Amino acid sequence: MEQSTQTMAPDHGSATGAAAEMSPIRVGDYELTSRLIMGTGGATDLASLEKALVASGTTLTTVAVRRYDPSTSTSVFALLERLGIDVLPNTAGCFTARDAVLTANLAREALETNLVKVEVVADEDTLLPDVVETLRVTETLADQGFTPMVYTTDDPGVAIRLENAGAAAVMPLGSPIGTGLGILNPYNIELIANRATVPVVVDAGIGTASEAAQAMELGCDAVLVASAVTRARDPRSMGLAMRRGVEAGYLARAAGRIPRRTEALASSPSQGRVRAEDRI
Amino acid sequence: MKTVKVNEQQVSVHDRATLVDVVGKVLDRDLEPDGRPTDGGRLGVAVSIDGQVVPRTAWQERVVDDGTEIDLVTAVQGG
Repeated sequence: MEQSTQTMAPDHGSATGAAAEMSPIRVGDYELTSRLIMGTGGATDLASLEKALVASGTTLTTVAVRRYDPSTSTSVFALLERLGIDVLPNTAGCFTARDAVLTANLAREALETNLVKVEVVADEDTLLPDVVETLRVTETLADQGFTPMVYTTDDPGVAIRLENAGAAAVMPLGSPIGTGLGILNPYNIELIANRATVPVVVDAGIGTASEAAQAMELGCDAVLVASAVTRARDPRSMGLAMRRGVEAGYLARAAGRIPRRTEALASSPSQGRVRAEDRI
Repeated sequence: MKTVKVNEQQVSVHDRATLVDVVGKVLDRDLEPDGRPTDGGRLGVAVSIDGQVVPRTAWQERVVDDGTEIDLVTAVQGG
């Protein structure tokens, strides 16, 4: 973010200052610099993915762990390493705690990181989290020294349970994976953000930059997007838009929005008006 | 020679072959005895046998039996 604000005109001084203060957050022992976590799924080719990642300014990006296939050995891991972006392996595709724990351990061994995005889904149609299995995985992986960043529903009670089980970050969905429906229950997301003592990251469902901004305005610490960028017509521009959205939402949250009112409130003074009827 | 299965594909290796030999052959990379690439890069793969992760540091000790089924995983786009 600092890089982007440095290019702003000097007369935007106060905004530049506040944006520059968008400090890193701690996820367990890990320092998360950019508040925009990216996913690599859905990109049609590594070249467009690279442009999107660079434009987004992300410092942490997800990958999946799958069987090595020599015919598709063009490595996304090598790309992230070259760009200096930290890798966040996920347990996507797992339906049981047992599978997710094995996948996480394979990821730690292959990618030499304790970070893991825990993702255990209930079924293939909705891809909604199975919170019972997710809770089990979180406990096990925390015991095994992982730093679990846990994908979950937007249930505030579950978020607390996950935090108590050892989640280093709680990552509620805005809406189901890949739908781009945005944040369907902002009340719950705000409640989770207000009550959590670990970072809260909206993960899944973000469709465009205004929704990333909304997540930050609701008090979330970061946003994770994949499809919204990789499947956009112009992934690079959407990556930049998401970066700006996160920044705008962060600034707006810090600035403090005005209260909502049911009646209009003029912002121009009523005194001193020139009335045409007085002059006739 | 003996034959092991890596991700369902048959791979022939010499009789005393360890996991270092098998992984090196499948990836077509030269590996140090501790499993690190000789070119100094990172390997970015992990091995499991029968659902148990075999740490890279244990590969050189692990002589694989004929017919062993090995899962070899790496990072792909996702999430």
